[in-house]
Amino acid sequence: MPLADHRQEVFARIREALKVPAPHRHVGHTGEHPTAPNHDDGLPGSETFRAWLPLVGESLEEQITLFAQNSAALKTELHRVGSPAEAAEHLNQLAREVGWHRVATHPHPLALPLAEKVPLPRLVVGPGYAVTDMESCDAAITGCDFLVAQTGSLLISSASAGGRALSVLPPHHIVIASASQMVPDLGTALHQARLRYAREWPSFLSFITGPSRTGDIERILVLGAHGPKRLTVFLVP
Amino acid sequence: MIAFAREFKRMAARYTADLQHRALIQRALRSYEVKRDEFKARYQSWGEARQAASEIKWEAINHLDRYLEEFITKLEARGTKVFVASTDAQARDYIVKVAQENKVKRIIKSKSMTAEEIELNHALEHAGCTVFESDLGEYIVQLRHEKPYHLVFPAMHLTREDISRLFEKELGSQPTNSPEELTMIARSVMRKNYIEADLGISGANFGIAETGMISITENEGNARLGTSLPKIHVAIMGIEKLLPRLEDLALFLPMLATAGAGQQITCYNTLYGGPRQPGEIDGPEQFHLVLLDNHRTEFLADAEQRDSLHCIRCGACLNVCPIFKNVGGHSYGTTYQGPIGSVITPHLRGLQNWKHLSFASSLCGACTEACPVGIDLHHHLLQNRRNATQGKATWWEKPIYAGFVFFMRRPWLYQLSGKLGKIFFPLHKLVNGTLLDPLRLWTKTRDFPDMAPQSFQEYWKEKKAKGPHAPR
Repeated sequence: MPLADHRQEVFARIREALKVPAPHRHVGHTGEHPTAPNHDDGLPGSETFRAWLPLVGESLEEQITLFAQNSAALKTELHRVGSPAEAAEHLNQLAREVGWHRVATHPHPLALPLAEKVPLPRLVVGPGYAVTDMESCDAAITGCDFLVAQTGSLLISSASAGGRALSVLPPHHIVIASASQMVPDLGTALHQARLRYAREWPSFLSFITGPSRTGDIERILVLGAHGPKRLTVFLVP
Repeated sequence: MIAFAREFKRMAARYTADLQHRALIQRALRSYEVKRDEFKARYQSWGEARQAASEIKWEAINHLDRYLEEFITKLEARGTKVFVASTDAQARDYIVKVAQENKVKRIIKSKSMTAEEIELNHALEHAGCTVFESDLGEYIVQLRHEKPYHLVFPAMHLTREDISRLFEKELGSQPTNSPEELTMIARSVMRKNYIEADLGISGANFGIAETGMISITENEGNARLGTSLPKIHVAIMGIEKLLPRLEDLALFLPMLATAGAGQQITCYNTLYGGPRQPGEIDGPEQFHLVLLDNHRTEFLADAEQRDSLHCIRCGACLNVCPIFKNVGGHSYGTTYQGPIGSVITPHLRGLQNWKHLSFASSLCGACTEACPVGIDLHHHLLQNRRNATQGKATWWEKPIYAGFVFFMRRPWLYQLSGKLGKIFFPLHKLVNGTLLDPLRLWTKTRDFPDMAPQSFQEYWKEKKAKGPHAPR
């Protein structure tokens, strides 16, 4: 039921304003689309954007290499491992080094089994979890939807990463994903998300690109502004 | 002169004379430029990407009624409470009402220029709420009771020493000159606010019409925390922020980051399509989206300047603007600084009061060149000048132009003035920059160029006499 707002008058003003057409003029506009449009409305689509955005190789190996390069630049700690068991070894080493006391995770086919291999108290989030419980955890272990080679990003959703808070509240975010989740670019990730979710979109989807950061003080980069200070990705075959 | 223009001149004079300040800003912007160029160079064609971005925004703005309707319908279908506000007061009143009805005490807010535009914090504080700005830069300027200096980098005018002193005074922290330690102080202060807040406020960078989602771009994670933990989320966005399709983000997210912050993509780019849905374990129970007009439909009615609604608020035009770099963000006295601010503020707050900003420009076009959606910014500044002065020639302008025409039509008079100039010019040196100098308005802050020993006409005559290939 629409609320008693001011949409009628605003819409009336919009329609009145648009009666005068705007000049179809942009800086450098040629009057023609640079490449063939691939949507009904004649606008370039993400398949076309690909030709202008940073280049991504076609093979999976090239994409993994690019993802690794981007991760290094972003200070994402990427580990290519041979099996989930190898990921667990790395993870336990990490837990000992940093001195974790407690980890959080969620019911997920890759993340939960990995978390279960860490011999520490564990919070498995579900309906009605306590935020203060989660806040007391040293790390969160989650899944994700896709890895984006072009930007070194992870696409997560409330469905794939245990809700909204798990991947941002604890100071260390651990993600486990398989190589089959690699996609070349943002456009493909969004398109694949549409195929997966369009029937019933989760209320939350997020591209995560590196650990939380800020440059608000003299434009100097500092990691761990409000979200995780560290982001570790385990890539299993 | 109008009070706003007088204040602008006063502040601009103060900031341009502050060489330390200018050095701070220019150092910060140089490091931005290096990163921006590095990431722009990775594009296979920045020019064509920009063209496409411009076309997509053109489509969205010129069919705004259709896309806005689709957007609202999709959001409402999934439980979002959409409120369309015609004025800033209506938007404030609605948000205050939501806070009061839910007995909200503590509010965690992430960065939103639209909230700045309607001065939302003031209204909420007046209603008895405490508002915590969670973005580091915004938190710093909030503690200083200041307005943001730059629409993307709110605290870029402060050194780490300034911030350390501020935290020492306001938070009782130990002095430090490490940006990292300062960031960690803010982090630990803000942590409990996320957990204890009853309501989270955010802006929105894009609205996706097709799927009914808002997209929020950030680096710190503060917006994500503030939209995950409190039981109510209120987002505010201008009606012009729409994009037709979800996949458009594949273009806009990286372009916004590269143009705005010199990043390939920012750390978090999050889509919100409603409150907590069935089967989800967290997220707010209520999600309110306030869509703000506040004179945007007047812009829309100005077909000539309609493309200024394409703006994605990346701040690239500020970062390259020679005026912004020298007068600084606070001189403008506006919510939106720099070239885009000079173009749109007259529409938001009245042309006669804010026309001076359009005159404070060298018209170099660096802003237009930098704009990732190709807004014709410097021509809009010219149009504002034209609109501001149309039919309003002042009494002294006519005789001045008549004199100019008389002078320029008589070559002998023009030549005579050159000869007289040569006689009087050495005398000018005696009074240069002093109160006796008739050129003082110019010379008090600049050098006056020396006169050439020979006029062009004299040179030409001599050259012709010697033949076309004679050396000078």
